Amino acid sequence: MKHFNRRSFLKVAGSGVAASALAGTSTFSIAAGAKNVVVVGGGVGGATAAKYIRMMDSNINVTLVEPNEYYYTCFMSNEVIGGNRDIGSIRFGYDGLKAHGVTVVHDTVTGIDADKRLILTTSGASLPYDRCVMSPGVSMKYDTVEGYDESVTETIPHAWKAGPQTELLRAQLMAMKDGGTVAIAAPPNPFRCPPGPYERASQIAHYLKNNKPKSKILILDPKTKFSKQGLFTEGWSKHYGYGTDNSMIEWVNGDNGGKVESVDASSMTLGGEFDDYKADVINLIPAQMAGKIAKVAGLTGDSDWCPIVGNTFESTLIPNVHVIGDASVASPMPKSGYSANSEAKVCAAAVVALLNDGKVPQPSYVNTCYSIITPDDAISVAMVYGWDGEKIVAREGAGGLTPGGEDRNDAMRAREVKYAHSWFNNITQDIFG
Amino acid sequence: MRKSTYLARTLLISSLVCASQAQSEVPSAEMLANTCVGCHGAQGNSAGPAIPSIAGMGAEYFVQSMEEFQSGERPNSIMTRIAKGYSDEEIAAMSTYFAEQVYEPATQESDDAMASNGAKLHDKYCEKCHANAGTDAEDESGYLSGQWGPYLQYSLTDFIAGDREMSKKMRIKVEKLLEDHGEEATQDLIQFYATGATEAKQ
Repeated sequence: MKHFNRRSFLKVAGSGVAASALAGTSTFSIAAGAKNVVVVGGGVGGATAAKYIRMMDSNINVTLVEPNEYYYTCFMSNEVIGGNRDIGSIRFGYDGLKAHGVTVVHDTVTGIDADKRLILTTSGASLPYDRCVMSPGVSMKYDTVEGYDESVTETIPHAWKAGPQTELLRAQLMAMKDGGTVAIAAPPNPFRCPPGPYERASQIAHYLKNNKPKSKILILDPKTKFSKQGLFTEGWSKHYGYGTDNSMIEWVNGDNGGKVESVDASSMTLGGEFDDYKADVINLIPAQMAGKIAKVAGLTGDSDWCPIVGNTFESTLIPNVHVIGDASVASPMPKSGYSANSEAKVCAAAVVALLNDGKVPQPSYVNTCYSIITPDDAISVAMVYGWDGEKIVAREGAGGLTPGGEDRNDAMRAREVKYAHSWFNNITQDIFG
Repeated sequence: MRKSTYLARTLLISSLVCASQAQSEVPSAEMLANTCVGCHGAQGNSAGPAIPSIAGMGAEYFVQSMEEFQSGERPNSIMTRIAKGYSDEEIAAMSTYFAEQVYEPATQESDDAMASNGAKLHDKYCEKCHANAGTDAEDESGYLSGQWGPYLQYSLTDFIAGDREMSKKMRIKVEKLLEDHGEEATQDLIQFYATGATEAKQ
């Protein structure tokens, strides 16, 4: 405790009251003068940041506010949809974070009082912070498709936040007749997990090939190119007849009317620019923006995403509030799980330094992203990033896609699946363990 | 050998200090290591099954591995791409970080009969360079016992196929092992390493 003035005393006293009321116990206490960090959102970014701040400086009080008791990882949820993984294996609770001394509060944040540095919640709590880390993920832009709103997702899932939506899509695929059509409407850029829709198509194709081989998958896409496209289409050719008359997967790109403009759940029809597409199972993945609270709190400005300074992830709009993960503009880093995890660690180090009046440390970031095409064939993309003093930059000559293209032999393909699963085991441990 | 290792490390550390003084923009060892542990596990102890643990790895072997990934001399889909993203100074910093971490043998299943045979094979062909069942970081090679089986399998496959170069000593020993016992012997070795034993004698 360095500078103890009246203002910080009041703040700390206030925080003690709020936290005690919230925890519903009087045993909760906060050391006088200790700094408070409130982390909003218990997904990949938020959980990692909360844990790492505590690991880096156990004198900082960290409160994580997250509505749900469990988080389902979006990564590997496509394996659940394809039937190669149990939903339970992508479900994570917060006991690991609690063991690191993180106070976990199941509540929903409704706003930020930036002047008084308070996080406001549905239950009426106001949590004081010296620094706040927001990791709100994405929200769906339902209004970009005619006839679409959140209630439609009960019959036409987006499954772009894992959990019940994932299980619903899986159940619909299992119930579908052989010879049915599955339509996947891919979102416009930028969106969470750029290779995700195409990995999903691969996983569904694998399920259909083995169980309902007369069925088809139609990918309707507003874009004219997509992440890992060469590797995906090579894999689809090898496994699912892509490019032949008998292809299980058809990709309709933006130039050919792939943009979905309307949806009718009663007739299970998607309206494209030129044609209507009727399907037995529809997975409509809409355009996205930063998680709702980001806009409410004023962290997005006039855009859909949160501008930040890349070595601290502090908002350029609201001081002392940091935004990480999919909601932030951290380009050239993609909106991926590993990016969120890596950004969270850089942010945690910056928050700890700033709260200790220290110098912001020089960051280092990485992204590693696997996509699984069959249980024996996976592909990946990776990049290492540095900080040039002004912005995040990809390291020249590094990273890129799985090399080899169609020269990859079966053993190399199978190894990438094993690496993907090892990646999953380790990153989830790193986030929640 | 121990002396030269110590000398090399001293040189490594002093060059690191010079580098960080010259340009203050090298991230801290911890910051750099944070980019590794998302895949390689907490402190470098992997949750497996195919990504290896790198905790406790000898600093020289760490640097050598990264250099071989950068040049493509050592094959690996992901590491050949990632290693190119780090400077020599950064790799040196990471190497000292991971060398200081405590290696925890992986918990995995093993076949008793195969492991028992593997122990004898290890003692005869491998122990001289990979002391204590391959758990001595001073040997400046990757950990063997307690390392994840699929990772060891990939490594042995690459060595035997000639995709990854063996040192002369290792090549002679491996050739002798294969000549005497066939390629199945490598499975026994892997089963032995899966036990996490720190000595081969039983």
